[in-house]
Amino acid sequence: MQIRTVTGDYIRDLLASGAREDGRDMLDYRKITVRKGSIPNAEGSADVNFGNTRVLVGVKLGVGEPMPDKPNEGNLITSAELLPLASESFESGPPSPEAIELGRVIDRGIRSSGMIDTKALFIEEGKVWDLFIDVYVLNYDGNLFDAGTLAASTALSTARMPRLEGDEVIREGNLGKLKVDNIVTSCTFAKIAENIVLDPDGNEEAFMDARVTMANDEKVLRAMQKGLSGAFAPKELENLLDITFDKSKELRKHIDRAKE
Amino acid sequence: MGGGEKPQLIINGKRLDGRASDELRPLKIEVGAVKNAVGSAYIEWGNNKILAAVYGPKEALPKHVQDPEKAIIKCRYQMSPFSSLEDHGRTGPNRRSTEISKVTKEVFQNVMLLEQFPGAEMDLYIDVLQADGGTRAAGITAAAVAFAASGIPMTDIPFAVSVGKVGDELILDMNKIEDNYSDADMPVAISPRTGDILLLQMDGNMTKEEVRRGLEMIKKAGEAISKVQREALRAPYEKTLDKYRK
Repeated sequence: MQIRTVTGDYIRDLLASGAREDGRDMLDYRKITVRKGSIPNAEGSADVNFGNTRVLVGVKLGVGEPMPDKPNEGNLITSAELLPLASESFESGPPSPEAIELGRVIDRGIRSSGMIDTKALFIEEGKVWDLFIDVYVLNYDGNLFDAGTLAASTALSTARMPRLEGDEVIREGNLGKLKVDNIVTSCTFAKIAENIVLDPDGNEEAFMDARVTMANDEKVLRAMQKGLSGAFAPKELENLLDITFDKSKELRKHIDRAKE
Repeated sequence: MGGGEKPQLIINGKRLDGRASDELRPLKIEVGAVKNAVGSAYIEWGNNKILAAVYGPKEALPKHVQDPEKAIIKCRYQMSPFSSLEDHGRTGPNRRSTEISKVTKEVFQNVMLLEQFPGAEMDLYIDVLQADGGTRAAGITAAAVAFAASGIPMTDIPFAVSVGKVGDELILDMNKIEDNYSDADMPVAISPRTGDILLLQMDGNMTKEEVRRGLEMIKKAGEAISKVQREALRAPYEKTLDKYRK
């Protein structure tokens, strides 16, 4: 507890003097690396590092049944797993509220951006493609939202599209690409006392009072999520929106430049 | 064993991936892949890609699991839902992964000096990111390196590999397709210093003589596997060592 108090004071004092623990500016991302296709067994995959945060996304497609209220659309199923391997503070067992929120926020950005046309995943009456996006956290050091969204966008935009031969799903050989109509990224900000930082690391997240994630494509905002008990003023949010549109250009470049 | 038409697994003495019967798949181990862990290892063994990470020792919780004489090991082996070329897998523990977690834990209960940490727990996580047969053996081989890298005292660095059987022929280190259609599968973990067998499983059919020969093959393969494990542990220090050698 003593150490926790000292670290919190240290982080807040640093920010008050305009500095961050790792020397970044308030609105800088950490070093980002994006590697695509590291899991060839998956239809699409991407391994993303934001500093010491590491997130792997695997995309799989399979044949399923449509939802009763959307009989002509495939299913998009996004889930996030905070592997206990990734941090001392993650535990085995059913998904925590944090893991569920992470999966749902990433899902919302992808879904509302129209990145995936679920109507194109229709096969025939009663039969559609299930598109699974699994967000696998391999090392935690803050900002899983942006790393997860970037990994998911990269994995989807590089995924192959299996085809059906009778009832058999063909996942290898000469296949086309999964149809992707848009690219979404997100920017997450942490408010710690009176200061706002982009891309909070693990220590900053441990002491943040509020968090906000903004997901956008080139033109419009697609999803937002505010978290924790602290608050943002409307002026602050407006400012963060501008920053998000500016920073997302940088993020999209990482997807374009992703290497195998 | 798998269903469907059985493919011919050995043609002119060569296996489908071109290997001889006693040949290992390419094996690569890297230490420190999980930054937060006390010790970790990433293994690529054939097309398997697996992370192993160790946390602890720390106070065992909940309190009723504590052993006043020694530390306990908690082990969780899990396959990612996107690890296979087949359908999306289910998340969460199943009967297979629960059993593998148990026998893996028992391997390390043998080599870790648990008496030095009464009341503590050590957590071992093995996450299979991509699977191509032999993941439990690869997981144990990686976990041994993760434990060694953690600095927690241990008596030896175990390795594991499986021997399978196709017709009358024994084959080392089966991949997924061989595993699906083989007549037997025998994964084994060994403590190389003593030669003790720490894990032994088998399903299918093997004669007494075949088991004996299989264990011989595994022991011999162990020399190569142990070498890769030791080199992985040395690698982070090589740069520093080179400086002092000059």
